[in-house]
Amino acid sequence: MVKRKKISSMNYEEAFQEMEEIVGQLEDGELPLNESLDLYERGQELGMHCTSLLEKAELKLRQLVPDADGSLVDVEFQPEEE
Amino acid sequence: MRDWLTRFAQLSMLRDVNSFMQMIPPAPIWTVSKITRYIRQSLEMDHRLQDIWVEGEVSNLGQPASGHLYFTLKDVDAALRCVMWRSQVSRVEVLPRDGDRIEVHGHISVYDAGGAYQFYADQLRPAGEGEALKEFLRVKTLLEAEGLFDPARKRDLPDFPLRIGVVASLTSAGLRDVLHVLERRFPLATVVVAGTAVQGERAPDQIVTAIESICAAGDVDVLLIVRGGGSAEDLRAFSMEAVVRAVAEAAVPTVTGIGHETDIILADYAADVRAPTPSAAAEVAAPDQRELHQRIIENRLMIQAWFENLLRTRRYLLDRCQARLLAASPAARIANARQGVDARMRQMSMAMTHRVTIRRGESATLLRTLEAIGPNAVLSRGYAIVQDRIEGTLVHSIRDVQPGSRLHIRVSDGVFQADVVETREGSSEEG
Repeated sequence: MVKRKKISSMNYEEAFQEMEEIVGQLEDGELPLNESLDLYERGQELGMHCTSLLEKAELKLRQLVPDADGSLVDVEFQPEEE
Repeated sequence: MRDWLTRFAQLSMLRDVNSFMQMIPPAPIWTVSKITRYIRQSLEMDHRLQDIWVEGEVSNLGQPASGHLYFTLKDVDAALRCVMWRSQVSRVEVLPRDGDRIEVHGHISVYDAGGAYQFYADQLRPAGEGEALKEFLRVKTLLEAEGLFDPARKRDLPDFPLRIGVVASLTSAGLRDVLHVLERRFPLATVVVAGTAVQGERAPDQIVTAIESICAAGDVDVLLIVRGGGSAEDLRAFSMEAVVRAVAEAAVPTVTGIGHETDIILADYAADVRAPTPSAAAEVAAPDQRELHQRIIENRLMIQAWFENLLRTRRYLLDRCQARLLAASPAARIANARQGVDARMRQMSMAMTHRVTIRRGESATLLRTLEAIGPNAVLSRGYAIVQDRIEGTLVHSIRDVQPGSRLHIRVSDGVFQADVVETREGSSEEG
């Protein structure tokens, strides 16, 4: 039911998607107590991982902005496309 | 004979044959007017002298105040006086000069008062143009039918041509203009030039060779074929069949910039893009580096804005998800459960207490009952509990004792020691 992949190796999409799934399961409220505790803990960890990835991305963006002198600079994309 | 009559009828100068016949005097003595008139009519009736083109060299050209044009056309053996009325002259773009070879269209007639026959011109053009025009139309029709001018054939020009080929005269202003424009707009590009004559007899062959060799060995991304302005004659080479075919079949996209805006040149039809002048051709072919810089800056801003937006969206969704997670946490469940457990435990202890209370009540009752029938009650009525002092056993029979047995006696308010004196059988007091 729950994919137990190592959280630190997940990319943003994976982590966020699993987090949403966990929230859905907890909201349904059908689980035994110990499982819901496990899930809750994992959900929080996933949330922290997502936050950390977002912060890294924002930092990278700030680093690239000062290069506005017209010269060609590669913009590194995170591997996330919508 | 019939022709003559038809023409005569068409001219409607005379009403009937009779009148005409009357003009011929019986005696062979003419008046000047009559003979002149006769000559004029004869000439005007000859359809081979009407609606014709004549070619010759111009001389004695004059245009008096009247605006009419007078000149003589001559060749080696003869001369022909010509006149073109002002209304026709106004339609001529470039007036010829003495010495020019031209072709005139019109008809022959006679200037009575001057006693001369003249050519009355209504059109005029440079010599050879008739032939040239025919050839032009022939080539145009032929190549159009082959589909060489088809818009569907036109190729797109490359966005960033790093190698640009140019076919032009090496000494021309056209080439100079092209190079200036390219330098200004796209200095990144390498320009490969194939020099060629651009007018005259040798031009067509040289142009074809230039185009073919640049395409074969120049490794260019786009080819400009340019030539500055000139007369129709000067530009003729670029409408020759061989040249037009070479442009149409060029291996790379072509841009022509030949002559002026209004010139009609077949090579333009065959090219992928037609520009009005050499400079315009260069502008079409090469991007402007200032625009490119601008686009780069804009693109980077767009990328940045897009990325910021992406992060904002993610943040928002993440916050919402975390809020939901918190709301769905087991804490609530645990609190609820704990409340339930507490409630149950309270219930249980209440139940227990209740039962204990009942039991206590019951045992109190029992105790009272017990007390009523217990030994204390009996003792208070005067009975005693007799025990052997040593053994501690109860004495309820005379056989349990003998004279001298030591006894422990309990009465209602205490105990004392006694010794047996004697024993006697019998349950009730006798005597």
